[in-house]
Parts: sequence; C-alpha cells; structure tokens
Amino acid sequence: MSLKKFADKIFSRAALRGIVAIVIFLIIWEIGARSEQLFGYRFPFLGLVPPPSDVLVSWAGLIGDPSYWQSWYMSFLRVFGGFIAAMLIGIPLGLFMAVNKTFYGMYFPTFEILRPIPPLAWVPASIIFWPTQELSIAFVTFLGAFYTIVINVLGGARSINKQFLQAAQSMGASQWDIFRRIVLPATLPSIVVGSAVGMGITWEVVVAAEMISGGGSSGGGAGGGLGFFIWSSYVGGSYEQIIVGMISIGIAGYLSSELLRQAGGLLTPWLKTR
Amino acid sequence: MNTSLTEESPALTSAREQNTSEIVAKNIYKSYGAGPFAKEVVSDCSFTIESNKLTVMIGPSGCGKSTLIQLIAGFEATDSGEITLNGSPITDPGKDRLVLFQESALFPWMTTYDNIMYGPRARGEDTKDAADQAEFLLNKVGLDAFRDKYPQQLSGGMQRRAELARAMINKPEVMILDEPFRGLDNMSKELMWEYYAGLYEEDRNTNFFVTTDIDEAIFLADRLLIMTNLPTSTRSVIEIDIPRPRTIEEVVNSARANEIKKEVMTLLHEEAMKSFSGGSKAAADFLDAYSKRAD
Ligand SMILES: Nc1ncnc2c1ncn2[C@@H]1O[C@H](COP(=O)(O)OP(=O)(O)O)[C@@H](O)[C@H]1O
Ligand SMILES: [Mg+2]
Repeated sequence: MSLKKFADKIFSRAALRGIVAIVIFLIIWEIGARSEQLFGYRFPFLGLVPPPSDVLVSWAGLIGDPSYWQSWYMSFLRVFGGFIAAMLIGIPLGLFMAVNKTFYGMYFPTFEILRPIPPLAWVPASIIFWPTQELSIAFVTFLGAFYTIVINVLGGARSINKQFLQAAQSMGASQWDIFRRIVLPATLPSIVVGSAVGMGITWEVVVAAEMISGGGSSGGGAGGGLGFFIWSSYVGGSYEQIIVGMISIGIAGYLSSELLRQAGGLLTPWLKTR
Repeated sequence: MNTSLTEESPALTSAREQNTSEIVAKNIYKSYGAGPFAKEVVSDCSFTIESNKLTVMIGPSGCGKSTLIQLIAGFEATDSGEITLNGSPITDPGKDRLVLFQESALFPWMTTYDNIMYGPRARGEDTKDAADQAEFLLNKVGLDAFRDKYPQQLSGGMQRRAELARAMINKPEVMILDEPFRGLDNMSKELMWEYYAGLYEEDRNTNFFVTTDIDEAIFLADRLLIMTNLPTSTRSVIEIDIPRPRTIEEVVNSARANEIKKEVMTLLHEEAMKSFSGGSKAAADFLDAYSKRAD
C-alpha cells in the first residue's frame, strides 16, 4: 500500500514537472513571438514564428472544420494501411527467411540491395508504376515500415537460444509446434520493436509523400492528409496553420506509438516482469 | 526437504515407476570444423552409464563434456564409434533422454505451469492425467505458489527445480544434467544437492550428471567417470561406495569421501599437468582452480 503511494507520488511529480516545462516553453515562445510589439526588437528565430495564442485561435477555428479532420483521417488511413500491409507481408517473410536457408540464400541479397534505398526515393517511380496517387502514397508508406519489420523479425528469429529448440525437440514436439510455441513467441519482442520503429518511419514517409505528390487522388484539399495540410497552409501563407499541422502530426504519431506499445505489452506479458 | 508422501495417487505411483536403461558409448570420436581447422573434441572415448545408477562425469572445463551430452542426447552425431541406449544406436533426440542444460532453458514466455506442461501438450497429451502429474510435480519441487510466475520471476534455484519438473513429467528413462547447479550461490547449491539426491533416491532411474565440482561429484555419485583433458576420453572410473541417503555433513566428515577426493584430485591434477607441459592457458587456469580446492 505504502509502496503504491510512493509510486503515485513519483508519478505525479514527474507529470507535474512535464506540465511545468510545457508551460514555461509556451511562455518563452509567446514572449519571443511578440518580441517586436513588446520590446521593439525582433528576437532571432522566435520573432518570426506566430505566437502560441494565435496558433490556438487558429486551431480553435479548425476544430469545427470537417476538412481538418478529413486530413487526420486520410493520413491515419495511409499510415495504417501501409503499416498493416508491411506487417502482413514482412512478418511471415522475416520468419520464413529465418527458418528456410534456401529461401534466405535466394532472397536476402536482393533484399539487402533494395533496403538502403530511402522510401522517398521511390516516390517518382511509384507515381509512374501505380495507377492512382493514392496507391503510390500507400506503397511508399508500406516501404517505410516493411524493411525495418523484416530485418527485426529475421534477426529475432535467427538469434533464438539453440537450447530452447533442443529442449522442445527432445520432449517430442513437432516442427509445427516448435514454430508456433517456441519460434513465434521468442520472436515476438523483436516483432514489437520492429513495428514500433516502423510506425515512426511510416509517419515520416507519409507526410513527405503527401507534400510531394500534392495530396493524393482528390488532388489536394480535403483529401490531402496532414502533410498536404501543412504544405497548403505554407502556400496559402497561414503560418499559424503550419504549426497546427505540425503539432497535429506530433499528436497523431504519439497516439499511434502508444497504441502499438499497449498492443505490444499485451502480446509480451513476460517482459514486464523484468 | 522430503515431501511427505502419504496418499498414494496414481500420479504419485507413476512418478515412482522404475525402468532399466543403460547407455553405452564405444570408441567414439567427434571433431568440429573441417580440414586444417578441424578441432578434435572427443577421441576414442568409451564409458557406460549403468542402469539405475547416478553416474557423475567430472572433467576440466572445456574438455568436451557438453559435446558428449550433445551426442548422447542425439542432437549431434558421432564421427565414428557408437552410442547405444539399451542396445539400440542413438540417432535422434527423444523424450527417453532429457537434458537439463548448463544455462536455464525454461521458455521465458511460459509460466512455470505451462513450462512443465510443455512436453505433454507438444505431444498432444494434454489430458487430465498430465494435469495431475503437473500438480504433483509442482508440489514436489515446491513451486506451487509460483505456478503462474514467469521464469524471470524465479530465483536461480527455483528455475532449476522448475526445469527438473518439466523434464520429469515426461518420465525420461535417462535424465541428463549438464552442470545444472553452476552459478548458484554455495548455500542454494548445497540445498540443491540434497534435494536432487532425494529425487534420485526416490525412483533410482538412470541419471547422468556432468560437473567440474569435486565435492558435488562425490556427494552425488554412485559411479564417477573422470575425464581427460581435450580431446576427451575416460581417464578412470571410481565407484563411490558411501551409503545413501547421504547428508553433506556426513560426506564432509567421511574418511572414505576424503580418500576418494584425494584420488580424484591426483588424477585431475595429472591431466592438467599433461596439457600444462603443452603450454595451454586453460590448463594453467584449471591447475590453479583445483590446487586451491585441495587445501
Ligand atoms: N559447435 C561447436 N563448434 C566448434 N567447436 C565447439 C563446438 N562445441 C564445442 N566446441 C569446442 O569443443 C571444446 C569442448 O567444449 P565443451 O564440450 O563445451 O566442453 P565442456 O562442456 O567440457 O566445458 C571447446 O574447446 C569448444 O570450443
Ligand atoms: Mg559444458
């Protein structure tokens, strides 16, 4: 009981510190951004940025705007579409490469040559290859998570303690049982890590792809996603909205990672006991 | 330490079943690597793991004991020579010979209970009888309260006991243990000696126990195989004729035990000297380690 209280105390202290830090940051930003009005002298960098109060006002105006939420929706759809496709293809591929030497020998060199190509370098090619803008963005997003997931799954499955396999084998387990109840759970922590890293890359890629391709099939506007939202705000000269877009992506990325963390924690309960 | 066994459940009687199983290794050789890089680890090695006895193998660290276990367990094949279980050659791993490895091989993602039930479930024998056995063994190894814990939450000694239970539920004909108590603190180690000896004395099935610790070897063994340095073969065999059950105190104060200890030390010392003249660093370390224990 007292231990729990102690933990609560530390936790609330940490939370408090976080809030204090954010408030101080906002105050400095506000003062810096208004430096020209306040002191007749424009602070470098901060003096060019719109103040947080203006950003909030602009944001408040967008909350009721369906096209702002449509941008959220489109980016989420692309991120999760690409990410889930990367998991569905990447996890089995990584596992299969780990257990099948012939396949590994055939496929891995190709994989290693393609892997260093940054996903964004694929944008022009994928616009040419895929029939719609939407598919080309989805493909580039997919690539962002795909390589990371495959490499992590492969590495995890190949580094299984040999004695786990020997123990299972000598207790009479079939190959399928060993795969399902030894190889798979032993690889799960690597799958979770690979997915978390892959998710981060996916957000980077989707934002850039939306900016470059001009927002997908609907030709920008409401269907553009958060990346295009930032870009069009820049083109339209609304600096407050640029920052709203940036913070929105920060929140969206955080929510996605948190979702993965929770799911990962549920899938690997034995790691929490450490 | 002895769990009081008053009620005779079917699980209990079956855990006490005795079988006769003998492993014979005849002129076996094993090398790793090929060509000029080949490293001979086992050379013309012969020994018998007699039925219904606890055979302890002692030899310097790195001499090839774990390699011999890989061969007996059937995870690897000999280069030449033959190992037989009750007369038939060993070709594959099997649940008739279960190994407790040097490092814990409990599955980290399974609770104690699920670890113990792994064997029966893997063979599609997830029956009421298997569950009863698991209950019985959980009690026996004193881990009833830890049935839902993950291996990481258990102490080193508990992990070893959970592993014993996980092996015992499969009723192996031969139990093979590779330095199972290495790394435990002295206190838990001595408790585990008495505990393990107690388990063995209950059914007296064939056990093969590998160690580098002379005191452990003499306390546990019915028969002691003393191995040469790398590449290993059997240097000599000593029957440990100290009556069972033994207590640590008895063995420490036993004149016979001390006599055996001197004999074993002389032999191991000679082994070390042989390769010491060859200038091996491992041999020097080994010599050092054993001369300390001689005091
Ligand atoms: N899979 C392997 N490949 C190459 N060398 C090995 C392999 N396994 C063991 N060895 C070598 O064989 C020797 C004996 O090792 P091991 O059987 O583990 O000894 P011990 O168990 O007696 O300490 C060591 O020198 C080790 O490096
Ligand atoms: Mg060893």
